[in-house]
Amino acid sequence: MAEPHPTIRYVERGGTSVLEVGGTWTVFSLKGLRQRLDKARRAAPGGSKAAASTVDATKVERLDTAGVLEILQLAGGPKAEVKTAEPGHAELFKVVKDNMHEPPRPRHVDFLTHWLEELGRDLIDLGKQIANLCAFVGEIIVVFLEACLSPKRFRIGTVVQQMFEVWVKALLIVGVLTFLIGVVIAYQGVQQLRQFGAETFTVEAVGIGMFRELGVLLTAIIVAGRSGSAFTAQIGTMQVNQEVDAMRTIGLNPIEWLVLPRIMALLLSMPLLAFWGNMTGLLGGAVACTIYLDFTLVQFFDRLRDTVGIWHFYTGMIKAPVFGFIIAAIGCFEGLQVRGSAESVGQLTTRSVVESIFCVIVLDAVFSIIFLLANV
Amino acid sequence: MSADEDAPAGRTLEGGQLVDHGDGREVVLKLRDVRTQFGDHVIHNKLDLDVFRGEVIGLVGGSGTGKSVLLRTVIGLNPLARGSIEILGQNTRGVHGKAEQRLLAHIGVQFQDGALFSSLTVADNIIVPIREHAELDEPFMQAIAALKVALVGLPPDTGDKKPSELSGGMRKRASLARALALDPELLFLDEPTAGLDPIGAAHYDELIGQLRQSLGLTVLMVTHDLDSLHAVCDRIAVLLDKRVVVGTMEEMLAYDHPWVREYFHGPRGRAALKQA
Repeated sequence: MAEPHPTIRYVERGGTSVLEVGGTWTVFSLKGLRQRLDKARRAAPGGSKAAASTVDATKVERLDTAGVLEILQLAGGPKAEVKTAEPGHAELFKVVKDNMHEPPRPRHVDFLTHWLEELGRDLIDLGKQIANLCAFVGEIIVVFLEACLSPKRFRIGTVVQQMFEVWVKALLIVGVLTFLIGVVIAYQGVQQLRQFGAETFTVEAVGIGMFRELGVLLTAIIVAGRSGSAFTAQIGTMQVNQEVDAMRTIGLNPIEWLVLPRIMALLLSMPLLAFWGNMTGLLGGAVACTIYLDFTLVQFFDRLRDTVGIWHFYTGMIKAPVFGFIIAAIGCFEGLQVRGSAESVGQLTTRSVVESIFCVIVLDAVFSIIFLLANV
Repeated sequence: MSADEDAPAGRTLEGGQLVDHGDGREVVLKLRDVRTQFGDHVIHNKLDLDVFRGEVIGLVGGSGTGKSVLLRTVIGLNPLARGSIEILGQNTRGVHGKAEQRLLAHIGVQFQDGALFSSLTVADNIIVPIREHAELDEPFMQAIAALKVALVGLPPDTGDKKPSELSGGMRKRASLARALALDPELLFLDEPTAGLDPIGAAHYDELIGQLRQSLGLTVLMVTHDLDSLHAVCDRIAVLLDKRVVVGTMEEMLAYDHPWVREYFHGPRGRAALKQA
């Protein structure tokens, strides 16, 4: 009758302590072995510190590698002497003994060392990342200049296809979001400015806020989340499938075939999208003004024309292609950084979005300073 | 054992064993009247197969005859249109929940490209099935993982590596280690030596032979490697006309069917035979 649990007994035989095991020693039966072991040790002739390097496994009925491993660990390692009844069990003991190594060394590092190590690695990675990005931008510029000499290398077909993805398909979401933000700003403007009796200045608040910052910034963030991530995922997946390597061996430059068309597409699409975002944002503000201020749409746009200078509009539009370039470049760059597994595609896609939004906001701050100095 | 003259030796394809190889051994995998189909496309029909305890059986067949489909059907990844599959005496139809878990704990599968979880290290990959099915403490599971890594012939530091850091051959071994994690009674291998160099493939065959010997494994492997068939397989199951014909190497060499003839008597078949 098979004993469903492992049994352990320490016995004294011919002056030496022997570990007598029996029953079922499989990976499923080893649960709760500690208690049995403690009990066996208490009952042992040598007291609770009983140990034996000789094993009698003749009463074992079922055995697998996990069971053998446990028995050998109890007996102090692969050098233990084992007596078995069945040849199959003897074979199993031999196999495990041959393959048993020192238990995996637990690598203990104290907190500070670990933290410093991680920090050091991260800093080195950051440095490499920046150097790689610079090299990458340089490569893009070289390919771009070459393409200017022979324009068919711009891959117009791919550019148009990408523009459909990043521009036309983004119109709805950009329009809706900027419209809503326009409404929100107008509403807040009216609420606050009414306290000074200056609620008509809401028009300037909406106009200048949209043109200078919000229209283009919102568009850039949407595009980074929508298209920058898509670039990384597309190119990253191709990288995992070794498609990029295949292109290189055929003599196709991935920068020319994959990266430049995407950058061109976003470079052209961002101003178009930002313009569209500005317009829908203004419309949202205007609609809100008709509701909260009893303006007509004509009054709103009249006032806008009279009080908001055209340079407010230009400053926003100047930023748009720059943001487009940086989002596309980071998206493609991270895509080409993908190595090995599908997991890395996910990681780098996340990184691509975070980095491009970060860069967009930092650049926005830089532009503010430039425009301040240029007095526009 | 000579081929029985009364056995259906060719003309009409009945499928099944050429002669009775059972010899009183326990049947650990029993397929009866199995039919698989995708839409209207029937892949297997009236397929019978017995796998006995302790044997290594190689499944061969031309491209598109559904070797991998049969394997996937047996392990429950494809729906079974008709018939029955018994694994370790238990019919797989209608097995759910706890019973299914228990059954799965007794089989191991090595997929063609390894199918190791890419976000985990090799050791953690091996521990996953152990943690799911057995309740053991962490250090002991680590020790089991280290043992399995050594058992499949990988260097000890492989356990800490991610699958993407391994070569193709190492990934196959690591995947075998995961398949062996719970000491399964029945092991399924999908083209285990495909993509390995001849030396690596020979070592792999040797390894399977050793493990079968020492762990008492029963192995069903899909393979195209004639050397593997010679080296480790006790019997060969050939997929012909939606069924399998099972026989030993000698019986297959004597079997009269155009595809079988070409397969075993072709230039590669002869070369492998000469070597064996």
